[in-house]
Amino acid sequence: MSPRALPCLAGLAAAVLFPLLAPNYLVNVGMTVFFIAFIGQSWNIAGGFAGQTSFGHVVFFGTGAYTSTILQVTYGWNPWLAWPVAMAAGGAVGWMIAVLSFRAGLRGSYFALITLAFAEVFRILANSVPFTRGGLGMLIKADPRPINFQFRDPIWIYYLALLLCVVSILIAWRLTRSRFGARLVAIRENEDAARALGIDVFAEKVKVLALSGAMCAAGGTFYAQKYLYIDPNIAFGVDKSVEMLLVSMVGGAGTIFGPLIGSFALTGINEVTRWLASVVPALKNVQPLSLVVYGIMLVLIVARLPDGLMSLFGRKPRHA
Amino acid sequence: MLDPGIILAGVLNGFLAGGIYVLVAVGLTLIYGVLHIINFAHGSLLMLAMYAVFYLWRLVGIDPYVALPLVIAGAFVFGFVLYRLLIGRLSHGRDENILLITLGLSIVIDNAALLFFGGDTQTIDVPYAGSFVELGAAFLPLPKIISFGASLLLCAVLGLYIAKSDTGKAIRAVAKERQGARLVGIDVDNIFAVSYGIGIACLGAAACLLMPTYYVTPSSGHAFVLVAFTIVVLGGMGSFVGAAIGGFIIGITEALGGLLLGEQLGQIGISLIFIVILLLKPTGLFGSKA
Repeated sequence: MSPRALPCLAGLAAAVLFPLLAPNYLVNVGMTVFFIAFIGQSWNIAGGFAGQTSFGHVVFFGTGAYTSTILQVTYGWNPWLAWPVAMAAGGAVGWMIAVLSFRAGLRGSYFALITLAFAEVFRILANSVPFTRGGLGMLIKADPRPINFQFRDPIWIYYLALLLCVVSILIAWRLTRSRFGARLVAIRENEDAARALGIDVFAEKVKVLALSGAMCAAGGTFYAQKYLYIDPNIAFGVDKSVEMLLVSMVGGAGTIFGPLIGSFALTGINEVTRWLASVVPALKNVQPLSLVVYGIMLVLIVARLPDGLMSLFGRKPRHA
Repeated sequence: MLDPGIILAGVLNGFLAGGIYVLVAVGLTLIYGVLHIINFAHGSLLMLAMYAVFYLWRLVGIDPYVALPLVIAGAFVFGFVLYRLLIGRLSHGRDENILLITLGLSIVIDNAALLFFGGDTQTIDVPYAGSFVELGAAFLPLPKIISFGASLLLCAVLGLYIAKSDTGKAIRAVAKERQGARLVGIDVDNIFAVSYGIGIACLGAAACLLMPTYYVTPSSGHAFVLVAFTIVVLGGMGSFVGAAIGGFIIGITEALGGLLLGEQLGQIGISLIFIVILLLKPTGLFGSKA
């Protein structure tokens, strides 16, 4: 066992015990932390480890949410069975966007901007085509039984979010220990050099975007089952794309625990402003402040602390 | 099918809107051409300028067209200072990092606007808003025609300034070869800040010209940013002529999309053009390099 395994296990034990002691409100906050850490990790695998910065990751999230919801509401599928199909759909969209963009040789900012445009196309389509019910959105019938992927007690959805988060961290950890992960880092640091070393850059980038898309789509289904409602602006809106990017960048892009740390910070700031808005009447519209703070943090971190908050924990910086 | 008169009116309206888009896109393409920065905060800064125009009208009673010189000067100073204090100091290294910094800036501006101005949609009621000009079968709103003319005039003035003035020559020198420009004694950092300021001044002008017929909300910036990028990518990053022609194409596409496909689906044209151009011809119609 590595010396870092002990604090990880202690943290996991605390996360498991937490909802048994905390009030429901805090259990919900904890659920949000792990959920955003999960979709943030899906961004981080493509954007952090492989350096393929995306501004439109929500396209995978929305694909997952809509695939499982349509299968469930329109075709009567069980949501647990629809979940892997949604992930496959997200993976397929990731594959498609990657093949199109990387075949055209798009890199860096151009890749980021085209993902934004893809997300916009999906949002407009979801707003217009009949099978998504357009702007009305889709409502999932409430029937809180575990077999329906709905839970009466918030503790179960909390544990599911925790499980997703742990699995995503394990995927990221495996990545740092695998040749695939090493090839991705080589591509991030210098694509031309990686190609000269014999790495099939195109194939690796397509693979990582498909993986990232499938993970993000799993988050979309989770979200739909938690809130039992999606519409085009929730499922394909730019806010979620920004959220995924923010938590990874602020926590530490390309680090295993970055998205989790970033999600703790984002959700924490969010809860503080929400609390301020509720107790101080003069500040009742103060909610956007959390994103102002986060935008400032993003600027400072990109400029001064490229490894994010993780580097404050004494970890070796990645550009050693 | 739709009446040809309605289509003609749509095309003309799109053409007029395109004239203002040209101004927005020229600012973006200038910043890219000189600084090699993809300014993701462009839409948010336009939104901020639109609020400035709105409050000048609401609080001081200044007509948007009268405010033009004031807002252009203010936007230039704002852009200049923003570059000196923030963007110039931070914009080094990988181009994604610069993109992320301008994204962070747009997040701050959008949410600060929501915080201070509220989420309501704001419009300006100018007395001439209801005046129309009859052109064949089409009735065109007078303010749109004035804005169109003013926008093209300003673009021409800017083009002349860049072509003839000493500062303009220095800007072109820096855009072409910044090392060489430095060697012949041009203060490159100053030219960067001036170029960024001019780019934002274009937004100030566009805000004045837009407000008589458009509305502003804190999310307006997001609506404009993809439009601006599509125009610039379509015309070719860094190309002035490209930005001008791209502006008209996008204005007409938007109007026709709305007419033929409906309000919801009609917006898809711009994103699709953006994707198709990037995939098939990332240098755009008039660009020299990707």
